[in-house]
Amino acid sequence: MKIVVCVKQIPDPASPYQLDPESYFVVRPNDQVLDDTDRYGVEVALQLSDELGEDASVTLLSMSPGGSQQGIRQALAMGADGAILIEDETLRGADALTTSQILAAAATRAEADLLIAGTESTDGYTGVVPQQVAEIMGVPALTFARKVEHVDGKLRIERQTQAGYDVVEGALPAVLSVTSGVVEPRYPTFKGIMQAKSKPVETLTAADLGVTAKVSQKIVSVEEVEGRQAGDIIEDDGEGYLRIIEKLEEVKVV
Amino acid sequence: MNFDLTSEQKLIVQTTREFVKKELLPHEAEVEKNDHVPDGLVESIKAKAIAAGIYAPNMPEEYGGGGLDSFTMALVERELGAAGYALNYIIARPSNILMACEGDQIERYLIPTITGERYDCLAMSEPDAGSDVRGMKCTAVRDGDEYVINGTKHFISHADMADYVILFAATGEEETARGPKKRITAFLVDMGTPGFELVPGYNAVSNKGYHNSILNFDDCRIPAGNVLGEEHKGFDVANEWLGATRLQVAAICLGRARRAIELATEWAASREQFGQKIGKFQGVSFKLADMQTQYDAAELLTFRAAWKDSEGTMTDSDAAMAKVFATEMCQFVTDEAIQIYGGMGLMDDLPLEMFWRDTRVDRIWDGTSEIQRHIISRAMLRPLGG
Repeated sequence: MKIVVCVKQIPDPASPYQLDPESYFVVRPNDQVLDDTDRYGVEVALQLSDELGEDASVTLLSMSPGGSQQGIRQALAMGADGAILIEDETLRGADALTTSQILAAAATRAEADLLIAGTESTDGYTGVVPQQVAEIMGVPALTFARKVEHVDGKLRIERQTQAGYDVVEGALPAVLSVTSGVVEPRYPTFKGIMQAKSKPVETLTAADLGVTAKVSQKIVSVEEVEGRQAGDIIEDDGEGYLRIIEKLEEVKVV
Repeated sequence: MNFDLTSEQKLIVQTTREFVKKELLPHEAEVEKNDHVPDGLVESIKAKAIAAGIYAPNMPEEYGGGGLDSFTMALVERELGAAGYALNYIIARPSNILMACEGDQIERYLIPTITGERYDCLAMSEPDAGSDVRGMKCTAVRDGDEYVINGTKHFISHADMADYVILFAATGEEETARGPKKRITAFLVDMGTPGFELVPGYNAVSNKGYHNSILNFDDCRIPAGNVLGEEHKGFDVANEWLGATRLQVAAICLGRARRAIELATEWAASREQFGQKIGKFQGVSFKLADMQTQYDAAELLTFRAAWKDSEGTMTDSDAAMAKVFATEMCQFVTDEAIQIYGGMGLMDDLPLEMFWRDTRVDRIWDGTSEIQRHIISRAMLRPLGG
C-alpha cells in the first residue's frame, strides 16, 4: 500500500510570526518546523505501514518553500521513506482550492492508495483541504478520525462528532484526515535524524503536475485581534459554586 | 571552528528539548519534594528514551548507542540540563570509560549498559581521598585468579540505580621523582558480590532524588578478568575517557542557567514596582546583561572544548576552562535570578532556589574549581619550567 502523508512546514510557533508589509503573507524563514498537527498523520501512516509490513511505503507530500527542509527532515526522521516537495514561486499565496488541486495531482502521480492529512494547518486554519482533495481525486473522504483501523482492505475510523463519534468505513483509495490525539506521535530518533538526509526528496513544480496555478486570493488588510478582557473575580464565601453555575448558565454551557 | 549547527544537529536539539519538556519536566516538582523518583517512572521514561533512540547517545552506534560526537553530545547535554540529574540521568549516558571493555566484558557490561539492561556507576572518591585521588586507600590485591578488594568509597552518584560499579582501587606503589605513588587499576564489580555492601550516602542539598551512596568492600573477591583496561593503568584509562564528563557538567550547567535566565527575563519584563517594569531599572537590566554575557561566554568555551574533542585535539586545559567557567557562571546566574525575583526567588514555588542548590555541587564534583584552575595554570607554567 502506498501511503502519502500531507505535511506542512511552518515558521516555529515559539518565535513570533512576521508578516510581509505589502502582501501580508507570513515571512517564511529558511528553517521551518513540521506543523505539530501533521505529526499525528505521520504516526498513523507509520503504524499502518508497520502493520502491513514490506508491502507498504510512506511518502511525505508538502507544498511550501523548501528552505532548509528541516520540517520535512523532521518527519523523515520519524521513519517515512521519502518525500515529494512542491516548490513553485507561482504558488505563493495559493488559496485552499489551488492547494488541493496541487496535492491531488501529486497524490495521483504518486499512485497513492491512501492520502493522510491533519484536519487543518496551524498557520492557515482553512480546514477544507482534505475534503477538497478527496473530491478532486474522486475518492472517499474519511475525516476527523480519532481512531483508525485497516480491516479487510478497507479503512474503518471513528469519526469525531460533537456528540461523540460515528463509525465510518471506506474503500481504498481514500483520503483520511486525523485529529490530534488519534495516536501518540513518536519522537524522531537520533539514528533516524542521521538517516533522514539520505532519504529521497523529489522536488516538483506545478507545471510538472500539469496544474496551472490560478492564485486569485489577496489579503487586503490585517487587523490586530482585540485583547481579551479580564474575567470576573468572584470571592468564594462558601457558596462561590453557585455563582459558577450561574455563569455557566449565562453562557448556555449548562 | 564552526558552531553553525547542521540540520541534523538542529533536529537533535529540537527532539531532546521536546523530550525534556514533555517527559521529564512535568515530574520535576514531585521528585524535588519527595527526594525520590516515583516507582515505575524510571522504567517508563527509560522505555520512552529507548524507543526515541536517545538512550546512551554518547556510545558508539555499532554497539547500539547514538554515535554522537562530542560537540553534538554537548548540545544534547545542554538540553538535558534543563531537567535535574534525578530525571535527566534516567536517559543514561554510560561512562565512556566502558569503551575500554575487552573480550567478554563487551557482552557482559558494555552492550547491556547501552541497551538499558544494566546501569553503571563510577567509584573514585573516598572519605580520605577526594581531589588527591592517588591518596586512595581502597586496595585490590591479586590472589590467584582473583582480586581481593578492601576499602570504602563514598559520594558515589546513582550507585543505588546501578547494577555494577566501575571501581578504581590501588594495586601497588611505584617510585616517582616525587616519592612513592600508588598504582591504580580500574575494575568492574557487580552489585551483590559477596563482601560488597552498598549503603545510602549523605543527604545532599543538591539534586534531590539523585542519590549518592557509600560502597564498603570487605574481602570482596572478583575474577581477575574483571580488570578494565590493564592492571596498574587505571589512570591511563581514566585520562583517556573521563575528560568527557567535565564537558558534560559544563553543558548541563548551560541548560540550567538558560532556564534561570528565561525566568528572570520574563519577571523583569512583567513585574512592576515604583510605577514601572523592574527591567526598566538599571539595577535589574544590567544584571540580565551580565547573566547573558556570562552564559554566552560559557557556551562558547564549552562548545570550543567539545568541538576540539570531536576533532581529537582537546587539551586538559580546554576541558578545565569550560568546566570551571560554566559551573561558576551557573552559580552566578542562578544567584542573580533569585536576586531579581527578590523574596519569591527563594520560595520553592519557583525552581530557582532548586537550580541554585543543584548547581552548587557542580563546582565540586568531577574536579573542583581549584583543581581545574590548577590544570589550566600548570599548562601555562610548565613550558617555562614553572
